[in-house]
Amino acid sequence: MSAEMTYRPPVISGHERPMVPALARIIDRTVETSNTATYQLELCDPGLAAKFRFRPGQFNMVYAFGVGEAAISICSDPGDCTKFSHTIRHVGSVTFAISRLSPGDCVGVRGPFGSSWPLSACRGRDVLLVAGGIGIAPLRPMIYELLRHRDLYGRLMLLYGVRSPRDMLYREEVEGWMRRRDFQVLTTVDYPDADWSGPVGVVTNLMRRVRVDAARTSVFVCGPRIMNRAAAHSFLAHHVPQEHIFVSLERNMRCGIGQCGHCQYGPKFVCKDGPVFSYASIQHQFSKEEI
Amino acid sequence: MVGNLYIIEKARLDDLIRLLREDGCRVVGPTIRDGAIVFDEIASAEQLPRGWTDVQEAGHYRLERRTDDAYFGYVVGPYSCKRYLFPPRQRLFSITRNGRPLSGFDVDVTSASPPRIAFLGVRACDLAALEIQDRVFNAEYADPYYRDVRRSAVLIAVNCSEPGGTCFCSSMQTGPRCTRLFDLALTELPAAFAAEAGTERGRALLERLSPQPADRNVQHLVELMLESAAEHMGRALDTRELPEILLQNPEHPHWNRVAERCLACANCTLSCPTCFCSNVEDSTDLGGSRAERWRSWGSCFTLEFSYHTGGFSRSSVRARYRQWLTHKLAGWHEQFGMSGCVGCGRCITWCPVGIDVTKEATTIADDVRRADVAERGARERSR
Ligand SMILES: Cc1cc2nc3c(=O)[nH]c(=O)nc-3n(C[C@H](O)[C@H](O)[C@H](O)COP(=O)(O)OP(=O)(O)OC[C@H]3O[C@@H](n4cnc5c(N)ncnc54)[C@H](O)[C@@H]3O)c2cc1C
Ligand code: SF4
Ligand code: SF4
Ligand code: FES
Repeated sequence: MSAEMTYRPPVISGHERPMVPALARIIDRTVETSNTATYQLELCDPGLAAKFRFRPGQFNMVYAFGVGEAAISICSDPGDCTKFSHTIRHVGSVTFAISRLSPGDCVGVRGPFGSSWPLSACRGRDVLLVAGGIGIAPLRPMIYELLRHRDLYGRLMLLYGVRSPRDMLYREEVEGWMRRRDFQVLTTVDYPDADWSGPVGVVTNLMRRVRVDAARTSVFVCGPRIMNRAAAHSFLAHHVPQEHIFVSLERNMRCGIGQCGHCQYGPKFVCKDGPVFSYASIQHQFSKEEI
Repeated sequence: MVGNLYIIEKARLDDLIRLLREDGCRVVGPTIRDGAIVFDEIASAEQLPRGWTDVQEAGHYRLERRTDDAYFGYVVGPYSCKRYLFPPRQRLFSITRNGRPLSGFDVDVTSASPPRIAFLGVRACDLAALEIQDRVFNAEYADPYYRDVRRSAVLIAVNCSEPGGTCFCSSMQTGPRCTRLFDLALTELPAAFAAEAGTERGRALLERLSPQPADRNVQHLVELMLESAAEHMGRALDTRELPEILLQNPEHPHWNRVAERCLACANCTLSCPTCFCSNVEDSTDLGGSRAERWRSWGSCFTLEFSYHTGGFSRSSVRARYRQWLTHKLAGWHEQFGMSGCVGCGRCITWCPVGIDVTKEATTIADDVRRADVAERGARERSR
């Protein structure tokens, strides 16, 4: 694992206790889809706000008062950490509670936790990002970094699949990326609507539409489990080396600090060894069931 | 004085307890409750299970009278130091909502100040378990409660001269002799204790117990007793290549056979001194203005433990037993640089159906080793 993946900015929490959330105020809320919104947050304590830094791919534990916490990727630009954003799909108790909040309301935050996408390892290489659904969220900070230092990298590609055109996150931004000549962005949907003229089908189908030079491509994957598997396996079949395929995984998390044991995946803690793993580091268990 | 062997009279044990209490410690040691020797607060040596022993086998625990009146003539019971450093249920904070809409929270982390505990009668395996838990709870993101109790804890250890029926610490290289972490280590002899200080704090304590330097004969006797103990373990486990074997054989048929017996009751994880998994629960009062976060012991044997959005990672008992055993004996090495099993035998004794880690791991490992040998033979023959 590269030093970059293991470098960690300081963890911010309340009362200097790792399990106590720090108060953060919602300053803006953008509705993305029928069940997903992006919340821009600011830590209420200016001292903590000044200290907060994160690396692309890291996540926070976001707390809804009295309801609980959920692991949520940080999806904003790491170049400006005074404010940060979370795109949250409202699926269960914690995320429903957050969906009822408005700008001015507070949540709790602990973080950032986990490993990050190894940006420096792909200097001079082609970079291929594969996102499924909300999996685009942890990749977005990486896209900001890549575009900021665009000349450091070779070809830059994003394959992004969603269920239906209405489920596309960051729509305007994605359209902006599509217009760039130095960023190849392909989107696909499972269920097209009348206005959709793009590809239909699973995101791995898009791989046929891009040129992958296996020897010089680094691949970054984040999506549902079956998509992660299909993508990793087809890159392996294209002879992309295991060390250059990175996957972000999801598990139940109750602490984020390697103590509650919930996120264990074979000998790995997804919260501290991951969520970003090189395929090489998890190859023994990646395709096994019930690990 | 640290590291040298001394003799103290048996009557000094009560003085030791008194001294520790005078120093402001809660003394936690072995005592009999509900037919088992548990760790609990004690005020004098009279509360120790003097003259008792425990008979332990897979799924079996019974107290019996000894023919002598040894203070420490038994091994470990269902409890360990874990219960005091990482309590079964603990409030992490309470939080009050001030104003409406949610304009802020006030967090209160003040729990009762962590007690200063002197653990008496800690065995070598439990010291090793403490070392493991230190790596979990007292590392990069220290658990504040664990850290505080651990920092002030006094450890009075006891070397085991009579291992129990489910003990296998010598296989795990954690016992029967206490080699580190203790302040004071005692070896019970027929008419006295041999005592060794491991720290300055231990030395200061020992000095107050009228110690006499142990002569060569006593030193020799202690050596013999502990060597003999190492050779009389109730169980054994061959740990050679065990982590690799377990990690590489998740599909071994023996996992199914264990799963058929396992009740997924979690007794093993609750009694294990190294198991650290927990659940974190948030709740509010009826008015909805005050909330709390509690942490309680969890277990990888429960279904909900592996729940995540979209399902359960380990829906079968087979997957859960496999997770537990593989984590203990294999994954732990990668995570914490040591085995997660210290060979205390608690999980074997307290399993209602007598599932035995040493047997289950050995069955798989022997089978894989045999197959490897056969394969190598076949390869050589075909050359
Ligand atoms: C590293 C990481 C990054 C993540 N990033 C994001 C992100 O950026 N955005 C995002 O939206 N999500 C993200 N997630 C996922 C998010 O953490 C989960 O969806 C989380 O569980 C949501 O919490 P909740 O309390 O709202 O839902 P939960 O209460 O966990 O409910 C989720 C679903 O499971 C069902 N359910 C709940 N409990 C049980 C049970 N015991 N048994 C069976 N079913 C049950 C619910 O009914 C619901 O359908 C991330 C996860 C990880 C690990
Ligand atoms: S796994 Fe069993 S024998 Fe090993 S430390 Fe835990 S309880 Fe003791
Ligand atoms: S191994 Fe035994 S103690 Fe552990 S969960 Fe299964 S039945 Fe219970
Ligand atoms: S989330 Fe608790 S150990 Fe990883």
